[in-house]
Amino acid sequence: MSDVSLRPVSLRPGSTLVGRRTKMGDPDRLGRFGDHGGQFVPESLVPACQELEQAFREAWADPRFRRDLDRLLAVQAGRPTPVTPAWNLSVELGVTILLKREDLAHTGSHKINNVLGQALLARRMGKTRLIAETGAGQHGVATATAGALLGLRVTVFMGERDMERQALNVFRMRLLGAEVVPVTAGSRTLKDATSEAMRHWVTCVDSAYYCAGSVMGPHPYPWMVRELQRVIGDEARTQCAAELSTGVPDYVVACVGGGSNAAGTFAGFVDTAARLVGVEAEGGAAATFGRVGVLHGFRSYVLQDDNGQVVEAHSIAAGLDYPGIGPEHAHLADSGRARYVTVSDDEVIAAVARLARTEGILPALESAHAVAWVLRAADSGELPPGCTVLVTLSGRGDKDITALMERL
Amino acid sequence: MTGVEVHLREQRARGRKLLVPYLTGGITADWIEYARGYASAGADAIEIGLPFSDPILDGPTIQEASDRALARGVTTRSVLEELAAVRLGVPLIAMTYYNLVVHEGAAAFCAALAAAGVRGLIVSDVPLDEADDLRGHAETAGVELTLLASPVTGPERLARIAALSRGFVYAVSLMGTTGERDRVAGSAALLARRLTALTDRPVLLGFGISTPDHAAEAATLADGVVVGTALMRRILDGATPAQVSAVVAGMRQALDAGSPSEVSGSASVVS
Repeated sequence: MSDVSLRPVSLRPGSTLVGRRTKMGDPDRLGRFGDHGGQFVPESLVPACQELEQAFREAWADPRFRRDLDRLLAVQAGRPTPVTPAWNLSVELGVTILLKREDLAHTGSHKINNVLGQALLARRMGKTRLIAETGAGQHGVATATAGALLGLRVTVFMGERDMERQALNVFRMRLLGAEVVPVTAGSRTLKDATSEAMRHWVTCVDSAYYCAGSVMGPHPYPWMVRELQRVIGDEARTQCAAELSTGVPDYVVACVGGGSNAAGTFAGFVDTAARLVGVEAEGGAAATFGRVGVLHGFRSYVLQDDNGQVVEAHSIAAGLDYPGIGPEHAHLADSGRARYVTVSDDEVIAAVARLARTEGILPALESAHAVAWVLRAADSGELPPGCTVLVTLSGRGDKDITALMERL
Repeated sequence: MTGVEVHLREQRARGRKLLVPYLTGGITADWIEYARGYASAGADAIEIGLPFSDPILDGPTIQEASDRALARGVTTRSVLEELAAVRLGVPLIAMTYYNLVVHEGAAAFCAALAAAGVRGLIVSDVPLDEADDLRGHAETAGVELTLLASPVTGPERLARIAALSRGFVYAVSLMGTTGERDRVAGSAALLARRLTALTDRPVLLGFGISTPDHAAEAATLADGVVVGTALMRRILDGATPAQVSAVVAGMRQALDAGSPSEVSGSASVVS
């Protein structure tokens, strides 16, 4: 890839090429992005991770696999998703806002991009079952969908508390033929569901494929999931080029839990002058408040107490209730190429209402984190008047109606 | 106290099958009494679990034991402080997850183990390829880092694990998490055979060794056994140190009785 400083990018006054040399390329031999990542799994899972890495490398280099996946993304997931100019909000804020509409993808979020790729890979590897964990239920629904489509049995592990909070998605998964297993250990949320999925995977590595929902887990998952999600950023890059006289937006903003929609979005812009901003939930902000640790197979920033015990994250958005952050995000933060900020639950709810009224779009609570930061930054002048901002709307808000009714 | 491997080799040389029981550090206020009970019942070394919030290689029983210890306010430091104050007469091996090591820094963590008299270390989520850094720090501190081998480990990896493991080689008998099982897994025999063909280092079978019969059977395949869940379940159910010590003694007797070298009369209790 050529040095980005040679690209004919027209920069706005005030824009700089900070940290532009960080590329989102392949991790090293041990699956590291800088100091983060790796393969910290029990010995029993090492051969499965190695087999998966090999299988993904081959599939990703195989034009037939890519063609099959592209076709599934088009005819099943509804890709490409549009980029929508948020005209009314742009006028109100005095900055140009473009929305990458992952909320319009099949099953209601970007999760389907990743899952179709992994399910296709699972079938290619001769696996008959998919195992997944889910927090808000979006990844579980997407996995159940892919399983139904490709003839794979699906088992989804979900924290008991999340099952109560997201009863609608539990019903959807079961309707799609998936088995949903309640997890009663620990905080009974996503972190415990992830542990349980990994424990179960050890018992059935031969027949089952572990379908990670985000850019987390042992190598090759963070890398593979980012590659499967980069379709968001690649599409948006082309779409922005058509929409903007500058070609690329000044800012690219996405919400971050584990960080898959942000990783996919950033991958399309990391070699440009765009400033990358990841928005975390205040109560689950591993990049901001975490310390280096190892959880669920990878080294990254992890929320933990003074004794090294992992603490529970708290957010109104169940999909952001995770105490870690994908290792590549930790690396992007270390290198300064991306910046990670936090917003509060109250700001998020206000952002949902504002986008609903100005644009007629109801974003997921997770996605509304990205919108909330844009509202704040435009208000404070941190976003210079007239600048251009791409916001990835990772999902739609229908699943959150009950939570919103309680708060609005 | 001698090192783990030296001690285990000595005991094996006496014709003895090795018994390494596990105890979650800080599980009760008087948890040290359980460790004393293990030692007096004939343990050859004792694994002390340093409780972690997200133990991905442990089944429900040891998860519950960890949660209970953490709810008591137990920390890595508090467990090590209590261990430093006692002499149990057998080598101690810490068993934990990598986050607790990274949190302290590997060098400081290993030094703290050594200062507390803990001579061995097992970290469930650090496989061979990720172990270089930790192994270096452990060696510097005089702590023996034991690696785990699994039924699915390929020949080349198994040879490297056998060569680089210190103390003993932990043969994980089955594909699963820790927990009690109805019988010794079929995969145990093959793994034990593969490992003993590769190394002279003690090979211990663990995971699912739940009864004295299991222990005796497993010990015909390898140099000895690690027993955890069967003991922790009793402690969670309220058994006293004396009662749990009797269970360990039962395992000891079964190992001594089932051991081919029983005739050598070396089945005395170490304490």
